[in-house]
Amino acid sequence: MKGLLGIEDLTREEVQAILDRARHFQVGPGQRFRKFDLLKGRMVVNLFFENSTRTRTSFELAAKGLGADSVSITAQASSVAKGESLVDTLNTLGAMRPDVIIMRHSASGAPHFLQRHLGIPIINAGDGTHEHPTQALLDARTILDRGKQLEGLRVAIIGDIAHSRVARSNVYLLSKYGAQIVLCGPASLLPRELTQLAPGVTLTTNMDEAIRDADVIMMLRVQLERQHEAAFPDGEYFPFYGLRLEHLKLAKPDVIVMHPGPINRGREISSEVADSQRSAILNQVENGISVRMAVLERVLVGETNVGTAH
Amino acid sequence: MSALLIKNGRVIDPASGHDAIADVWIEDGVFKGVGADLSPAGAEVFDASGLVVAPGFIDMHVHLREPGFEHSETIESGARAAAAGGFTSICPMPNTAPVNDSPTVTTYIIEKARRHAVVNVFPIGAITRGSKGEELAAIGSMRQAGAVAISDDGRPVMNAQLMRRAMEFARSFGMPVINHCEDLHLSAGGDMHEGVESVRLGLRGIPGSSEDVMVARDILLAEVTGARYHVAHISSRHSVEMVAFAKLKGLPVTSEATPHHLTLTDSGMIPYDSNYKMKPPLRSASDVNAVVEGVVNGAIDAIATDHAPHAGSEKMQEFEKCPFGIIGLETALGIALEHLVHTGKISVTRLVELFTVNPARIIGIPRGTLAVGAAADVTIFSTDRPWTYDVNKSLSKSRNSPFDGVSFRGGPVATIVNGQIVWRA
Repeated sequence: MKGLLGIEDLTREEVQAILDRARHFQVGPGQRFRKFDLLKGRMVVNLFFENSTRTRTSFELAAKGLGADSVSITAQASSVAKGESLVDTLNTLGAMRPDVIIMRHSASGAPHFLQRHLGIPIINAGDGTHEHPTQALLDARTILDRGKQLEGLRVAIIGDIAHSRVARSNVYLLSKYGAQIVLCGPASLLPRELTQLAPGVTLTTNMDEAIRDADVIMMLRVQLERQHEAAFPDGEYFPFYGLRLEHLKLAKPDVIVMHPGPINRGREISSEVADSQRSAILNQVENGISVRMAVLERVLVGETNVGTAH
Repeated sequence: MSALLIKNGRVIDPASGHDAIADVWIEDGVFKGVGADLSPAGAEVFDASGLVVAPGFIDMHVHLREPGFEHSETIESGARAAAAGGFTSICPMPNTAPVNDSPTVTTYIIEKARRHAVVNVFPIGAITRGSKGEELAAIGSMRQAGAVAISDDGRPVMNAQLMRRAMEFARSFGMPVINHCEDLHLSAGGDMHEGVESVRLGLRGIPGSSEDVMVARDILLAEVTGARYHVAHISSRHSVEMVAFAKLKGLPVTSEATPHHLTLTDSGMIPYDSNYKMKPPLRSASDVNAVVEGVVNGAIDAIATDHAPHAGSEKMQEFEKCPFGIIGLETALGIALEHLVHTGKISVTRLVELFTVNPARIIGIPRGTLAVGAAADVTIFSTDRPWTYDVNKSLSKSRNSPFDGVSFRGGPVATIVNGQIVWRA
């Protein structure tokens, strides 16, 4: 496996292998994370051109958990702020011979573009409005942990679908398992072409319709920074597309509510829902580490072998 | 006194309807005659057996980047690339720095070309000052200085009233108005055609409607003003339909298509490779089919390259940061032969028309014909010789082409400008 740029290009078997392997790195309630030495002596560079707390921290912990050396660079701290081009920045980093570069960038396709010009594997930690593969993997791990099957699962993804890399990666992943995926949001954030992304995708602008009989509700953050023009009238988002407790009655009784974070309470999700028993938001964060360990191992070691915990 | 005899070629001159094996006699830079077995004394002979001999090709839409962006292209290098593509005349758009919005800049380009360009250069002046879309440029004076048309290419004229005035004023000087049709509000922030592919790649879309609404507006204004109006680089199916409709109504509306809009689609691009990033963007297969159909049925009058050089560093960036445009002078004929002629869509004669007499009529220059007394511009090309484009050997200063490594059947063999052979394969 050469890097991980997106879920779209993976086979279901490849996805499953990562999800299976991630279980090995999970810890039970009250336990501390175990340390492995599977990536001892390897160097991992975290290169974040866009603000991120949880994804960057999660990758850092994953690398440490596998015994790798890791360096984190944020755009503000690097020479990018001095006007260096992306290619030059990566070439400079490449000269330091890292084994993998974990990269987040605000431009869609930035890691794909770089992968064509760079010999080092790249793990995409989110590119613009395109993909966020490890988020979809940790979401799937979280759903499985709640005892649900991905096959035939009814998943409602609600919010700013147009600008969501989380939605795209989840659509690709869930579709590989034959899930029914309902994408929901105001029409200005819900391009009709989305149905052609993958099999099993339907669209609705009606939130009740999206949630009815859902096994999983994934709420997306309203990406204010990506709203280049007003896609909906001011003040009209939460009343029509915000998730409130009464919505949950329409879903399956054991529905789980997910959110990639950071959440905007009162904008796309009410506090009551975010803090309810149905919320799996903190499980997602926790799984971020084990899933990213599985991804790092797969990219750097190739085959999954049983590591030694100590 | 110098004479050249091009012997035994298939001589195609759409302006006169000539299409037969013949000789073309050139003397002192002008055509002296076309006929069988000509043998003027002392003439240099060019054996064109098995080749097509056509009037010199005219590319009415190029960017030569001079003055202002000489690191990407110069009048000299762009003209050499043109000659290598079989073009004998090129029309540089005014988006230089400074913008060609005054007779001073027009004269500068013409003088520079006279000294350094191996092909004829007919500048296009700006519609508005600085192409800012605010007030009309010095259209009449640019006309006097030698500009053949006006356009704010690279940018549209967003203000409908200003466009109307530009059309009226240009009509007073018999100049065509060429518009880059793009409603900037509808296309804002877009990097590629809006459709399944843009949604898939997470790139912001440039909808076909951003082109269509302006083509519609301009056709209505052309009717109101009686001006000659030309749609640059037409790319959307609705726009092609509207131009066909305008022609049906007898309006003096014309259009051009680029080789890339005749062949490449949004789904065929290499994801996030800026050699596929241009305006208008590569559109859907149904749009491409409509553009090809427009070339076949006459809605589209000319093939123009929109040759848009950008230095390598500018194109080696995040897709959304890269500038729009690709080079196209050297591949235009190969692409047109491969995708229009060899597919049986159009005849070689129609192809010659699209590259010669039609653009000559639109910009109003007495070229694009082999008529006796006309300036002796000739394009000699093969319709079957296989060749492969190697962008690293391009005579342009830039390398931004999606056609690198692509093979073609047929292409330019020799380019003759004012009686002089300026390029040979």
